[in-house]
Amino acid sequence: MFRRLRDDGEIVTIRVDGRPVDAVAGDSVAAALLAAGVARTRVTDGRGEPRGPYCAIGACFDCLVTIDGIGNRRACTVEVAPGMSIETQGAKREITR
Amino acid sequence: MSAAAIECDVAVVGAGPAGLAAASACARSGLATLLLDEGAAPGGQVYRAVTRSPLRDRTILEADYWQGGRLIDEFKASGASYEARATVWSITPDLEIAYSKDGRTSIASARSVILATGAIERPFPIPGWTLPGVMALGAAQSLLKSSGLVPSGRIVIAGTGPLVWLAASQMLAAGASIAAILDTTPHENRSRALPHLPGFLFSPYLRRAMKLLLAVRGRVQIVPYVTDLRAGGQVKVESVSYRTAGEAGRTLGVDTLLLHQGVVPETHLAMAAGVAHRWDPLQLCWTPVLDRNGGTSVPGILVAGDAAGIGGAQAAAWRGVNAAIAIIESMRPGKKLPHGRLARTALAQFARGRRFLDTLCQPPLQFRVPSDDTIACRCEEVTAGEIRAAVDEGCTGPNQVKAFVRCGMGPCQGRMCGLTVTEIVAHRRNVSAEQAGHFTARFPAKPVTLAEIASLPHGHSAIDAVVR
Repeated sequence: MFRRLRDDGEIVTIRVDGRPVDAVAGDSVAAALLAAGVARTRVTDGRGEPRGPYCAIGACFDCLVTIDGIGNRRACTVEVAPGMSIETQGAKREITR
Repeated sequence: MSAAAIECDVAVVGAGPAGLAAASACARSGLATLLLDEGAAPGGQVYRAVTRSPLRDRTILEADYWQGGRLIDEFKASGASYEARATVWSITPDLEIAYSKDGRTSIASARSVILATGAIERPFPIPGWTLPGVMALGAAQSLLKSSGLVPSGRIVIAGTGPLVWLAASQMLAAGASIAAILDTTPHENRSRALPHLPGFLFSPYLRRAMKLLLAVRGRVQIVPYVTDLRAGGQVKVESVSYRTAGEAGRTLGVDTLLLHQGVVPETHLAMAAGVAHRWDPLQLCWTPVLDRNGGTSVPGILVAGDAAGIGGAQAAAWRGVNAAIAIIESMRPGKKLPHGRLARTALAQFARGRRFLDTLCQPPLQFRVPSDDTIACRCEEVTAGEIRAAVDEGCTGPNQVKAFVRCGMGPCQGRMCGLTVTEIVAHRRNVSAEQAGHFTARFPAKPVTLAEIASLPHGHSAIDAVVR
């Protein structure tokens, strides 16, 4: 869904849901995910619907992901780092006993 | 006061054109100046990544963008302190600023604060706008600037405003092919804008507008007077449907749908700090109530740039200078400042063209006050219909609606739905937006972990406040 204009950037390997993904130094996590074809970064807990980055400037909070174990971080405001672990988040919220 | 506070004369929030210009001017006049910015590099949204651009072909972005580098050079030479990746989440009445950086919170104590928090895109609530692959047009622009990314596949841009043409020309220059521009500018805006045309013709906006239109027209299918937009798809966007005057509906297959209907001030921090705002009936958004130098209703806090009302990047820089001059004059009486008249002359020039643009590009009612089945609050998944139902039950303003149906209660804190909720309430109650009011903004203005708050240094007054 997004392509890079150049392919000679410094590669930074991150893990997305356990799978290695090549990002480029300077990418936000959101940019790295979109470039890798990850359109859905979370599932809403109310209706269980898919969401991805919307504003990409830190305002909409729709690109929330878990980064290195800390949940609900805005993927568009965090820069990738080598070995960073990203988990897409969420599922429909169920009330259980 | 906290033991570990960083002391400064002036704290500036936001490193876009207004913040950079303001901080440079203050620092050059010998004031201890601290610039706090959430971005990884200075520039704000308009000059995003200008000092570390991944673009090899500089012609993809226009000359105005690259000139942003000059503001940053001046800022770096000014002697101001700068914190990147610093998210301001609280400002107290005695101007103590809490900001989070790399998982730790610091406190800065200032004698004066300039909020240069810029603008965000106006929400564009249509059915399906929450689907992955539907994005704000500015999002695509920011991914282009900071990572050299362009959308692939079938791209459709829908909306109104100068950014539609700017972003389209940038994407074309970057080799993207745009399937269509669905122009939602209503026909009646043209006649309403006409009386303001002379001001525009003599404003700095004219030359840019002509250039952009020429760059895009003839290379992209442009559909005018579009209404009834709707995005469709299951796990991501697959189609966009629309109507045009007097015609049956049409549907286009799409991989990326980019929406835009103008930008509005990012007011959250100012509102939470207690700055009084009023509804701007032309720009259709909340703007801070300001004196001629950007001074607000809160002593010591000024607002500059697009956060003070949309004027564009160059006007923003001049408004930053203007605010800085007011502070320098009060803190360094007798200091000679040559910029004052220059700033006011430049601002008058930009104001001249603005009225035409704001009237022509005023987004139509149906995309501000959406249909019942449209999600208004993306975070809490609240539809316009649920908001109307709450108003019918007796909710008189956004805060009451929020308590009933949770709109504005999610992580974005109402940034994305605030204007929509205000206008839905106003239209349902048949009162003005000013009377309907806005969400009460509260600190923390951005999410912060409990660990960060717990690790803050505690002063005696803070301890006394909770220990019995």
